[in-house]
Amino acid sequence: MNALNSVLGRATVLAGALLLLAGCERPIPVSTQEGYRGTAMVDVQNPRLLADKRAANAMPEALPASAASGVLASSIYQNVPALGHLDLAEFTRLMNAMTAWVSPEEGCAYCHNPANLASEEKYTKVVSRRMIEMTQHINSSWKPHVAETGVTCYTCHRGNPVPQGIWFAHLENDGVKSKFAGNRAGQNIATAEVGMTSLPFDPFTTFLQDATEIRVVSRTALATNDPTSIKQTEWTYGLMMHMSQSLGVNCTHCHNSRSFIDWNQSNPVRVTAWYGIRLVRDLNVAYLNPLASLLPPKRLGVAGDGPKVGCATCHQGAAKPLYGAPMLADYTAFAAPPVVAPPAAMPVEAAPEELPEPQPAEPAVSASSQ
Amino acid sequence: MVVVVAQPTDLAVAGGHVMAEYQNIFTRLQVTAPAYPGVPLDPATGGGGREIKPFFSYLLGKFGDAQIGPVYLGWTGVTSLLFGFLAFEIVGLNMLASVNWDPIQFIRQLPWLALEPPAPANGLRIPPLNQGGWWILAGFFMTISVVLWCVRMYKRAKAHGMGTHVAWAFASAIWLMVVLGFLRPVMMGSWGEAVPFGIFPHLDWTAAFSIRYGNLFYNPFHMLSIAFLYGSTLLFAMHGATILAVSRYGGERELEQIADRGTASERAALFWRWTMGFNATMESIHRWAWWFAVLTPLTGGIGILLTGTVVDNWYLWGIEHGLVATYPNVFPPVVDPALAPGAGQ
Repeated sequence: MNALNSVLGRATVLAGALLLLAGCERPIPVSTQEGYRGTAMVDVQNPRLLADKRAANAMPEALPASAASGVLASSIYQNVPALGHLDLAEFTRLMNAMTAWVSPEEGCAYCHNPANLASEEKYTKVVSRRMIEMTQHINSSWKPHVAETGVTCYTCHRGNPVPQGIWFAHLENDGVKSKFAGNRAGQNIATAEVGMTSLPFDPFTTFLQDATEIRVVSRTALATNDPTSIKQTEWTYGLMMHMSQSLGVNCTHCHNSRSFIDWNQSNPVRVTAWYGIRLVRDLNVAYLNPLASLLPPKRLGVAGDGPKVGCATCHQGAAKPLYGAPMLADYTAFAAPPVVAPPAAMPVEAAPEELPEPQPAEPAVSASSQ
Repeated sequence: MVVVVAQPTDLAVAGGHVMAEYQNIFTRLQVTAPAYPGVPLDPATGGGGREIKPFFSYLLGKFGDAQIGPVYLGWTGVTSLLFGFLAFEIVGLNMLASVNWDPIQFIRQLPWLALEPPAPANGLRIPPLNQGGWWILAGFFMTISVVLWCVRMYKRAKAHGMGTHVAWAFASAIWLMVVLGFLRPVMMGSWGEAVPFGIFPHLDWTAAFSIRYGNLFYNPFHMLSIAFLYGSTLLFAMHGATILAVSRYGGERELEQIADRGTASERAALFWRWTMGFNATMESIHRWAWWFAVLTPLTGGIGILLTGTVVDNWYLWGIEHGLVATYPNVFPPVVDPALAPGAGQ
């Protein structure tokens, strides 16, 4: 009895100690100071996971530069408005690169009818042209966010025909059947997109499609009639958790947490992030939502909407996508829309008052870029 | 009749005599005696109430007194349990409905599930049940339940000729609860300001509350509340440790030590004078502990009540009152991009 008790007791203590350790991360994370000491403005990384993360975000080898053929692609191929202004050799190089980035298993036939390359019978061809135009738009009009690093198809696709880290709208009432009880109020269910918190699970529609006010912190010491509610704050909090998850960073990557709203005390990358939110909103409204009508049902979400981009779509866990590798430099065709043939069917950009004027150059403060 | 059940290992040898040593949890020694019904009191002044025939639990005896009962519920106890049950059921069934009545999801997701207060747009109107009406009902029932329980403690203490300290301490916790769920939302004009019922959701609410109002750490009443909370744990540790340390001299018989100071008291007092120059007394340490505990929610509630009603951003308030430390800015100057020409907010 005595021995049994003692064994049981020790087993209980051991099990309890192991249970306490279950919440721990191994090994001890490495933190790098970014802000002033004591402000917790540090970059925290797990060295054990860092190698895998770097490998997952490695840039593929660029295809060898093409030797100019002296022939324009549009003189050989028909129906090439986005890239027809390129030299034929560069055009072919890009087609090969895009196949490797987007449909490495499916090949050219993922978008093209091999018998008639100009045919638009596959929706993927129309979508891919719009995506090329979108890439050119990002690189030319959103330099405050992407700087000269720029983006290519690979930044999001990474070998997947449909990129990871996309989002869809939720069903009305989020699929809760009872109309009498159990209202989730848009939150209170474990959600990976907002960092496994119980915060509002669809900050995407609210902030990354609709231009809802993000700022919630009061700007006066004493109470005025500011109607901003705590619930509204939870929505902003949900968006911030999505950004934090997507970039693999803490709040203090951008903010000095003693005063979240104060730009004076922020890391300059917060400005980059501010443009990122507007960039994503612009892409969802002007490029991605209009494509939904072309997509087959298997590509649509539960609410019948098309896939949309968030921070995770490009960043995929890295503070800078692909750890800041300057991929655009090898594929300059994506740097800007063709001057000679501007895309004819550019949709009107919604909510213009929410969108900054495209900035011709990086803002002076944007010390780091992505 | 007194029965001592002891194993040889539980018996310490002192001065040639075998002496039983009784420690909760650590030894299997348990002393049992006929149940004690409590001091005789006049039923006319509320001194009745011996409703369950006492019995003994060996397991509970490991943690405290092995005697269970007599229990007294009275009308306050019965109604309190009833309203508490209603509130618990409303919250629980709403959580269950929110996972489509799936018991497995209910258990998996339980820490995330919640019953939310009405949306801010409702103001102080009473919305339909599934739009926050359930929350109002649950909060109303829960408040009735805890207030009745507090009244019950007060009445039982009176009936026994005790002080009413326990009821007042509980009332302090109820104050904070009522501030969070009723007084402040009413002053703000919106039920939506109140706390959801839920494990993680109420914690997320707390963080959001601090963010919305510019960092609660600069709220002096929050500072006081934290000082009393951490102070309570410190006092509890110091007191518990002191009494256990002198229990070999009878120190755990605190009431006797208060009335007639013995060597346990004197050793404990000298220990603290040696180590920190000052000692509480056997009596005053309990006042220290009671006030620290009571002041934790009391000051916290004041801090919550002032937030949004008087002060809207505690960080900015802290700057005005010299609370905020300045330190060098290590980053290049950053300007709000919304202020850039042509930028929207």
